[in-house]
Amino acid sequence: MDSAVAIDIRDLSLTFQTADAPVTALSKVDLQVKNGEFVSLIGPSGCGKTTLMRVMADLVRPTAGSITVNGLSPAEARLARAYGYVFQAPALYAWRTVRRNLMLPLEIMGVPKPEREKRAAQYLAMVGLQDFAGKFPWQLSGGMQQRVSIARALSFEPKLLLMDEPFGALDEITRDHLNEQLLRLWEQTQKTVIFVTHSIPEAVFLSNRIVVMSPRPGRILQVIDSDLPAKRTLDVRETPAFLDIAHRVRQALRAGHSYE
Amino acid sequence: MTDAALATPRPSVVLERLREGRTLAVLAVSLILIIAWYLGAIWLNAGLVEQRLEHPTTAEFVATAWSLERPVLPAPHQVAIEFYDSVFEREIDSPRSLVYHAYVTGSATLVGFAFGTLLGILLALAIVRSRTLDRSLLPWIIASQTIPILAIAPMIIVVLGNLGLTGLLPKAVISMYLCFFPVAIGMVKGLRSPDPLQLDLMRTYSATPTQTFWKLRWPASMGFLFPSLKVAIAISLVGAIVGELPTGAQEGLGARLLSGSYYGQTVQIWSALLMAALLGMVLVAAVGFLERVVLRHMGGRP
Amino acid sequence: MKVGLLALAAALAAAAAAVVMLDNGPSTAFWLLVVLVVGASWYGLEALARLDKPRWVGALVVPGLFGLLLLWLWQVLVVGFDIPMVLLPSPARIGHQLAANAGQLWQDFRQTFLKSVLAGFVLGSASGFIVALLVDRSPFLQRGLLPLGSLVSAIPIVGIAPIMVMWFGFDWQSKAAVIVVMTFFPMLVNTIAGLAASNDIERDLMHSYAAGYWQTLLKLRLPSALPFIFNALKINSTLALIGGIVAEFFGTPVVGMGFRISVEIGRMNVDMVWATIAVAALAGSMFYGVLALIERGLTFWHPSYRQEQS
Repeated sequence: MDSAVAIDIRDLSLTFQTADAPVTALSKVDLQVKNGEFVSLIGPSGCGKTTLMRVMADLVRPTAGSITVNGLSPAEARLARAYGYVFQAPALYAWRTVRRNLMLPLEIMGVPKPEREKRAAQYLAMVGLQDFAGKFPWQLSGGMQQRVSIARALSFEPKLLLMDEPFGALDEITRDHLNEQLLRLWEQTQKTVIFVTHSIPEAVFLSNRIVVMSPRPGRILQVIDSDLPAKRTLDVRETPAFLDIAHRVRQALRAGHSYE
Repeated sequence: MTDAALATPRPSVVLERLREGRTLAVLAVSLILIIAWYLGAIWLNAGLVEQRLEHPTTAEFVATAWSLERPVLPAPHQVAIEFYDSVFEREIDSPRSLVYHAYVTGSATLVGFAFGTLLGILLALAIVRSRTLDRSLLPWIIASQTIPILAIAPMIIVVLGNLGLTGLLPKAVISMYLCFFPVAIGMVKGLRSPDPLQLDLMRTYSATPTQTFWKLRWPASMGFLFPSLKVAIAISLVGAIVGELPTGAQEGLGARLLSGSYYGQTVQIWSALLMAALLGMVLVAAVGFLERVVLRHMGGRP
Repeated sequence: MKVGLLALAAALAAAAAAVVMLDNGPSTAFWLLVVLVVGASWYGLEALARLDKPRWVGALVVPGLFGLLLLWLWQVLVVGFDIPMVLLPSPARIGHQLAANAGQLWQDFRQTFLKSVLAGFVLGSASGFIVALLVDRSPFLQRGLLPLGSLVSAIPIVGIAPIMVMWFGFDWQSKAAVIVVMTFFPMLVNTIAGLAASNDIERDLMHSYAAGYWQTLLKLRLPSALPFIFNALKINSTLALIGGIVAEFFGTPVVGMGFRISVEIGRMNVDMVWATIAVAALAGSMFYGVLALIERGLTFWHPSYRQEQS
């Protein structure tokens, strides 16, 4: 984990012009994320966590302040294919097999065919779905589809992974399972991960930094560092250290009037 | 998709609404089409102009191209003038009045539409009630949509004519026959559209089939009925027009189109076509209006 | 169930007996047999219709048998009541005309279907598709064209047939021109709707890959649009056939299905008219069926095909 800064956000604001009145989605956000960190953004609806991620992904432009991704502007970073995005829904193409879905970004980026096949097989194996390469998305369960979606985001080997509530639509047991898998993947690949969630246990389990946000206007309330052991399993969720961090997150949310 | 979140200076709201809305777009496209029409008229009528004038100037060429008596493509204003003449400058019941012809065709359309709709709804009710009919008849009704039923029109006219039935009735029969298929299919879809959850709810109220029908199935099917009605009335109109062709009828828009083509009266054809188009639009708009009234009465979102 | 099958067998036997009896003219016994056939068939059909498995029984056998029943009833009633041919010819007569005039009917089919209908269908659908692609970049033009499209669908387009004859002559080209106009707008409207059908999430994904306009079009938006495009193609197949035949009512050289219908009507050969219509019906169903098969092959992934899975 080198300590170069992957994402540098300073004094960022974003105001939408709507039909009724301007809406401040983000207000004076400051955040620095180092390479190889796993950062969670947590907060209630409307706190701007997804908006902040969309700014990083060059899907929306800020109205004030600055942001660099790997030293480039978000637009340049996008053109340099610096990040992989995982959405709330798998967004797989129904007319492509699982293998061909994985190869989609590689085709677009002009990676030659033998390399495409190799990477598809490699990353499919990494998420444990190598036996389903020839199946179509609708033949897989929701959890499996999300795993394919994650493998697809990894296939072109971006340095940065942006994940927007990827497990939100799944049941808790599948979710736990996938959380563990994601952690293993992160340890293996050493990527920088920005993870949006509104599950406190998920945020505490996965990240080494938890960014608590609150709405109206969207802003960062507090950044909590996690000192949980690096190689952790799901059992860590019952340790006092875990519960303490979770408690601090909850306090922060309460302070931000998130429970009202 | 990139949202434009940059703070934009706001021009007047009216101008912005115009640009985002449809009126300006439709007007712009219509303007382009009319200009293309005028240019097309010059191009297509060129041959006839050359026959008429020797060494014309450009202005003379264009002016003549736009005012020939039997042009290949009449200019928009020619059609408009002939249309205005036939609509406003004639007695309403004169055989040269387009309003009269529109009335003849329109009445056959409406009668056929009314009966066809009734028949279609009744058939749909029978199909939904009887499993046997559903399995045996419905596939044939769906398959029949691929058959060019309009081709039967001349036969119906002649056969009914043999039985002594002429005038409005045979045309109405054709229209009825054409429109009961889309109405039946749309209605069957609509009667079956309620969510299984809603049907279960009715069962927990011990509702009788009749109650379930009136309180759930019938209102639910309105959303499917009206689009079918729009298709049905447009096709009824086509049926009525085609019904006027076989026996060389003298009255009605179809007859007018036919006589125009026999006698080479291009402008007459175009203005009859314009009237047919207007009639079609008015009829479909009327159904649309009815739809909005009914849906608002039922509390549905327009 | 067994009783139902027995009823059908009885119906079949009675039907055959009735046809034989008819040679001697309709008698009371004959009419009793007819009632028996209808009753027994209906009973048998009811039994079969109640079956849920195997699926092909309900889907194919029941409508098939029903169709046969109708055909038989038609034949028997026409002959039994001695209905004049000009009013309603019997299926047997129609079949006879079909066979006797096969050559001529084939020529008519060639003229109308293979020339006007196919050419018009391909040209009209292709232009609708291309124009949809052209205006894809301009929401402004789309907003202008779509209301025009729904307007045009209310207009009886076959009315332009005499104008097309004036421009393109009597032969199949003018009919194809009518079909082009008829099929243009359904294709345009459906392609535009199809291109808009891909979700925001899928387009954001393409955006994150820095995919260009053409890449996004070819890899995402066109495949997503296929169900809509096929919907339009199926509608257009019906419109094209109707347009081709009806346009010929306005004037055509001495061959063509529409021509055949109007001429034979004038000669009161109603059975020949029915034979032509039978050919048209067959052509229409095959055309539609081929398109449906291709659609299934290319859009197998669409939720509407997956009801059996869930």
